[in-house]
Amino acid sequence: MISILGKELKSFFSSLIGYLVIATFLIFIGLFMWIFTDTSILDNRYASLAQLFGIAPMIFVFLIPAITMRSFSEEKQQGTIEFLNTKPIKTWKILIGKYLGNFLLVVITLIPTLIYVWSVSQLGAPKGNIDMGEVIGSYAGLLFLAGLFTAIGLFTSSLSDNQIVAFLIAAVLCFIFYLGFDYLSRLPIFFGNTDLIVQKIGAEYHYASISKGKIELRDVVYFITTTGFVLWGTWISVTKHKW
Amino acid sequence: MSVVVDQLTKSYGVQKAIDALNFSVSEGEIVGLLGPNGAGKTTTMKILSGYIPATFGQATVYGNSVETHPLEVKKMIGYLPEHNPLYLNMYVKEYLGMVAKIHKLENQSSRVSDVIEMTGLGIESHKKIKMLSKGYRQRVGLAQAIIHEPKVLILDEPTSGLDPNQLIEIRQLISQLGKNRIVIFSSHIMQEVQALCSRVIILNRGQLIADSPMESLVSQLQGSQLITVEYQKPIDLNLLKSLSEVETVIKVKDGIYQVTSQPGKDIRTDLFDLAVNQSNRMVGLTVEKQDMQDVFQTLTAQTNEV
Repeated sequence: MISILGKELKSFFSSLIGYLVIATFLIFIGLFMWIFTDTSILDNRYASLAQLFGIAPMIFVFLIPAITMRSFSEEKQQGTIEFLNTKPIKTWKILIGKYLGNFLLVVITLIPTLIYVWSVSQLGAPKGNIDMGEVIGSYAGLLFLAGLFTAIGLFTSSLSDNQIVAFLIAAVLCFIFYLGFDYLSRLPIFFGNTDLIVQKIGAEYHYASISKGKIELRDVVYFITTTGFVLWGTWISVTKHKW
Repeated sequence: MSVVVDQLTKSYGVQKAIDALNFSVSEGEIVGLLGPNGAGKTTTMKILSGYIPATFGQATVYGNSVETHPLEVKKMIGYLPEHNPLYLNMYVKEYLGMVAKIHKLENQSSRVSDVIEMTGLGIESHKKIKMLSKGYRQRVGLAQAIIHEPKVLILDEPTSGLDPNQLIEIRQLISQLGKNRIVIFSSHIMQEVQALCSRVIILNRGQLIADSPMESLVSQLQGSQLITVEYQKPIDLNLLKSLSEVETVIKVKDGIYQVTSQPGKDIRTDLFDLAVNQSNRMVGLTVEKQDMQDVFQTLTAQTNEV
């Protein structure tokens, strides 16, 4: 499992992908947080990282499928899946190794944003006046969300040997999971509190809840079960050799 | 018996890629799987290596079923797939190191340098795999297959697409590797099987049509000798025909004749003696030997008719 994790992570940084992912994320986040006047913290009156945690999930919707799209598709296309599957290693170990490798790249991408936490806290009046509970909660939420998106990306990558197909389906699924259910619940077609149930199926509701700094069990359970469920689907899709 | 294939069948829809194959291989054998394209060689190897499941029947390696004990089997097998899939962006050493890690070998770095030396990758070992020529990539493929010192080596067309020099080098490597382990390799090149194998299994359309030691297969199907003989001076055709074991004689031009013997008879000495008796001199003699090529064609043609 560790060997697969290492292989995945190395492959990101021995090619341009890893650096490109980190650069893309930081450029977007940087522009939205500090430059664009509509969202810039400098024009905001509060020392808060709401921008970072509001924009990052939307970037993840596209960025994470771009990271994960190659994980199984490329192996299938190049035939190296045959190499992996004939080595004495269990399929679920390959799967978890790949999952953690991809997830770790997302974590590495997030690490530089810790500088923003420090700079925003320096801008507070008095200095250091920032709601750390909210910051920690938001990071936790972001990691849960990234974990779910990575699982979705891995799943679609296991379905097709075409990376573009894997990317597009993953992006759509991530969007549906993140905002789709939320938007759906706002349509005037639900009676009673069914709209709340629909909203709760989506990830946005739970992400927003964790981001308030109050990490509740039901939100954690939501992310762990959905991620686990998607990974289980991936496992089925990987173990089932069609030919 | 160390590798046993029992009633192995694989069907894709209605088409049977292999149909009730039975064979077994014991230690120290180099077995060639021979057959035209689509005969079922690759399918057989993919099942043996645990990549695809069989539809019916089973394969066991040293008593472990491929289906129920895949990990044990995979530990004992070194497998080189048909198109030799490699991670092209990795360095040779990095790749072999990863394979060693997957196998959880104890002395990983020394095993990596061992196989690099065995496969003659030394001067290329610092390069990325995508920079290597096909012959060297094939060596990398062989190196990853033998890094864990497997008891069984399965090589799917290990020499396809190589130039003549590389071909010879890879063949030497295979016969060297086969000294202390089972080697099952597939090929559609008859000469190669003849050069490497102690035993040959011929498949056609998913069925086993011959399984026997190399020599017996050749002699079993050995027909008549076809000899082209050249004398210094022309010789009377009837004199040649009068030799007791000669079947037919064709005059190519003055002094050069094509002679066929009766089945299983050796007429070379007779042809020589004839020249001596006629105070003529023999200046050339070529035996067009019945070889694997003919055996193969005869056998596959037979089953195609049926």
